[in-house]
Amino acid sequence: MTIEFLVASAIGVLTAAGIYLILRFRTFPVILGTSFLSYAVNIYLFSTGRLIVGAPPVLQGYGDYTYTDPLPQALVLTAIVIGFGMTAVVLMIALAAYLSGGHDKIDMQDDDASEDRA
Amino acid sequence: MSLFLIAALPFIGALLPGLMIQAGRNTCSTWTGIISLSALIGLLVHAPAVLRGEVITASVEWMPALGLNASFYLDGLGLLFGTLILGIGCLIILYARFYLSTKDPMGNFYTYLLLFQGAMVGIVLSDNILLLLVFWELTSLSSFLLIGYWKHLPEGRQGARMALTVTGMGGLALIGGMLMLGNIAGTYELTELLEKRDLIQADPLYVPALLLILLGAFTKSAQFPFHFWLPRAMAAPTPVSAYLHSATMVKAGLFLMARLYPVMSGTAEWFWIVTLAGLITMVLGALIGIFQNDLKGLLAYSTVSHLGLITMLLGFSTEAAVIGAVFHIINHATFKASLFMTAGIVDHEAHTRDITRLGGLRHLMPITFIISAVASLSMAGIPPFNGFLSKEMMLEAAAHTYLGDNHWLVPALATLGALFSVAYSFRLLIHTWFGPVRDDYPHKPHDPPFGMWLSPAFLAILVVMIGLFSQALVGPLVDTTAASVMGNGAHPHAHLKLWHGVTPALYMSGIAVLGGLVLLALYRPANGLWHAVPRPDAKVIFDAIVGAVSSAAAWITGTLHDGKLTRYAAIFFVFAVLASWHAFTGGQGVSLPREPMQADIIPIIAWFALIVGTGVTVFYHRHRLLALVVLGIIGVVISLSFNYLSAPDLALTQLSVEVVTIVLLLLALNFLPEFTPRESSTARKARDLIIAGGVGVAVAALAYTVMLTDFAMPSIAEYHLANSHDLGGGDNVVNVILVDFRGFDTFGEITVLGIAALIIYGVTEGLLGSKVRLSLLERTPNHPVAGDEHPLMMVVATRLLLPIAIMVGVYIFLRGHNDPGGGFVAGLVVAIALLMQYMASGYDWADQRQRYPYHATIASGVIIAAITGIGAFFNNMPFLTSDYGYFQFPPLEKFELATAMGFDLGVFLAVVGAVMLTLESLSRLAYRRGDVPDEYPMDINPSRLPKSEDH
Repeated sequence: MTIEFLVASAIGVLTAAGIYLILRFRTFPVILGTSFLSYAVNIYLFSTGRLIVGAPPVLQGYGDYTYTDPLPQALVLTAIVIGFGMTAVVLMIALAAYLSGGHDKIDMQDDDASEDRA
Repeated sequence: MSLFLIAALPFIGALLPGLMIQAGRNTCSTWTGIISLSALIGLLVHAPAVLRGEVITASVEWMPALGLNASFYLDGLGLLFGTLILGIGCLIILYARFYLSTKDPMGNFYTYLLLFQGAMVGIVLSDNILLLLVFWELTSLSSFLLIGYWKHLPEGRQGARMALTVTGMGGLALIGGMLMLGNIAGTYELTELLEKRDLIQADPLYVPALLLILLGAFTKSAQFPFHFWLPRAMAAPTPVSAYLHSATMVKAGLFLMARLYPVMSGTAEWFWIVTLAGLITMVLGALIGIFQNDLKGLLAYSTVSHLGLITMLLGFSTEAAVIGAVFHIINHATFKASLFMTAGIVDHEAHTRDITRLGGLRHLMPITFIISAVASLSMAGIPPFNGFLSKEMMLEAAAHTYLGDNHWLVPALATLGALFSVAYSFRLLIHTWFGPVRDDYPHKPHDPPFGMWLSPAFLAILVVMIGLFSQALVGPLVDTTAASVMGNGAHPHAHLKLWHGVTPALYMSGIAVLGGLVLLALYRPANGLWHAVPRPDAKVIFDAIVGAVSSAAAWITGTLHDGKLTRYAAIFFVFAVLASWHAFTGGQGVSLPREPMQADIIPIIAWFALIVGTGVTVFYHRHRLLALVVLGIIGVVISLSFNYLSAPDLALTQLSVEVVTIVLLLLALNFLPEFTPRESSTARKARDLIIAGGVGVAVAALAYTVMLTDFAMPSIAEYHLANSHDLGGGDNVVNVILVDFRGFDTFGEITVLGIAALIIYGVTEGLLGSKVRLSLLERTPNHPVAGDEHPLMMVVATRLLLPIAIMVGVYIFLRGHNDPGGGFVAGLVVAIALLMQYMASGYDWADQRQRYPYHATIASGVIIAAITGIGAFFNNMPFLTSDYGYFQFPPLEKFELATAMGFDLGVFLAVVGAVMLTLESLSRLAYRRGDVPDEYPMDINPSRLPKSEDH
């Protein structure tokens, strides 16, 4: 098995899991789903720099060294941190909706006007 | 005057009326008039040169890459239309001063009018067709404002909407057609495009382009079957009708056909479509016009009919027909604008425009009567007025036109049109002005003030003068205009005179006049017949179409967008996969295979852990706590994978973010239900699995292809790797990119992160200020609260860990520029260490010992980063350019200091502040009634035990 296959299939599985969870009816699985999707997108972005083992982009003096592509790494690094911010905001909104609406369904309910406070 | 200024003057001037109205209505109208008049004079200054056959141009490049340039040119056609627009504009401004009542906001009116005028002048002077399209749309919009000027009248609003819908739709078609035309010709400049007749007509896109352009022209010029909007637009104030619907806007469609005549005409498609549309419109418009009781309605249908006449002449595509068309444009503008204005005067004086309630007005309003009579006779085509001349030319041209093999149909129908035209003209004249004076007018009419009849009188004088001295007055203008219409170096020569001898046209004219008078004599039975015969009502059809379209749109929206977020998401994912499938298979593949790497056992184990973890999370996702724990495992595996694949910075970041994310989710889970109920049906699950699986396979295939394809061109990574040390002064290229090469991005991201934290804080404040607070205070936790909430072991361990963790944070921060680490990771590590204190000893205890509010920490981070960036200005470098140097302070080793460190410090503070503010906000929701602030760091502390019997 090649590393590329492992990474690509992992991206696919994480994406599929993320989307399956995003299609659920309650907020919490949807938030988990977006986390999965963030993992998948981050790894995908990272993989566009192509995969190399043992060649971190940290300069090693004047020898003729091989380095991996640092740019996707820089992009993904900030993406990870922003991903945290995004998860936190979505979570907070979900929480506020649950606390004030009485349920954590994400679809608009037909009787949303009357607010079932179960 | 430069063409730029001529086109710009009305737009600039449009600002004036709104200001000048403060100084009174006369000042307002005077200034508006001065604007129009200066533009007119500026235009006429060029007239001698244009009449000599010169073309005036003015051009600056605007967006040359798009082919959009601000280029104008003035030839005969532009001069004719420009003069009509600005000249009649001046007359209308004068007329409107007296027409508008004191209740009407005059400043608005003149502003709209000048906007419209500028847009029209822009159309006729544009050299660039994209520019022309912009002005074209502007006329639709500004005419919408003008038609709907009386906002309080429902007819005004409906008429304006209908006009906008029809002409706006035509405008869209026109954009398509013009773009095709420009693409065929390879240029968007009319002066170049008009030379490429053969190229354009040989192109397979010629017919679609022609159809679309004609759709635009026909809707604007109210040609059948789009004629219905024009009479509805009569709800506008009369100056607007006189201006837009006689002289200018409706002629924009004619202008367009005339402008593109050199490249579009001469084909069978052009002849058949344009001729037939014009012919039908001419006859139909005139017929309907006879039976209109509203003066303006009659004039509107008459306008439709005359526009049809001109269109038909352009369709004939002969030199004589073009000359006739050009001449009739002038004549129609003069007599029709004058008639509209007299109709307005009648309305203004008698308070009705209903012909059945009028009659006998010639004794009461003699001046208005004379003006109206001259214009009506010209409209009927009676010598010696100018309408007669161009009508003869039309009939003459029609007499020589074959429709296929048929030689009598066009002349017969043209005569019929002329006959109807005579009938409605005389009906207007006789039923309004002749007959006995009545005593039941809604208001006793009399002639208006001088200023109000001056404009129509001036036009009526023109009607007579052009009729008598046609060749001398407008001959050269007609010649030059016809030459620019025909293009291709043609030199048409008009013979404008009253008497051409006994020609077929004269017979046809005679038949028309006699027939028309007979028809009018039989008006009563004819009217009865007209109203007895059922005929389609355009408004009903229009409303039905609009209603059907809008209910179809409502159905689509309601079906796709029904408030169920899961449905939107499903639609989105399916669509995204289909669209990317199309892109994936449609594009051209690059074949640069890259050697794959064989995996040894460790990556396979990690992969296995990841897949199993993902499966478990999905399978057990209803058990929320379990799902969270497994999610954490997945995060750790991913972070290890980053480390394995040469991304140590990512590994560190992922690991620390994972920790705070899980803590965050755990905190939230405190308030949410522990389990997700079973709600999905099996079919629903199957559907979602198929969608998710499909997207997963697609993404995996994409990633696999990308990874096994080499770079098609050198990556910009080379630049970063080569310059990181020399320009950025750091060896960790990822960190140098973050704080230096792409520092501006990072600056944006820490700002966003700070904003996210503030949003969370704000939502928390909102929740705590609402009635939710009460239920939070009274809530029962999911689990019983532990008796020992702040265990000794944990408190001691975290207290010991804090300095160590902070030291590690500082270390990671300092080494970040040259080794894996940096502000982001350091910030997360320190935040976790602080967080541990909250977890160990409780919110209150930790909060009391926390001196700096986290808001301020975020702000100071962003400000420090900004100041570091601004510092580069003092070094005469752009924002965020970093500098560095090597320093030695004995007894320390020589070390490096870079300004980027200041920036990274900003990142560090912003991250710490944002993470802490987020988690702190969530914790504040946890209060319950009866909670007392923790006084001690731990609940059970041996040192607090009473020192008892030892004493």
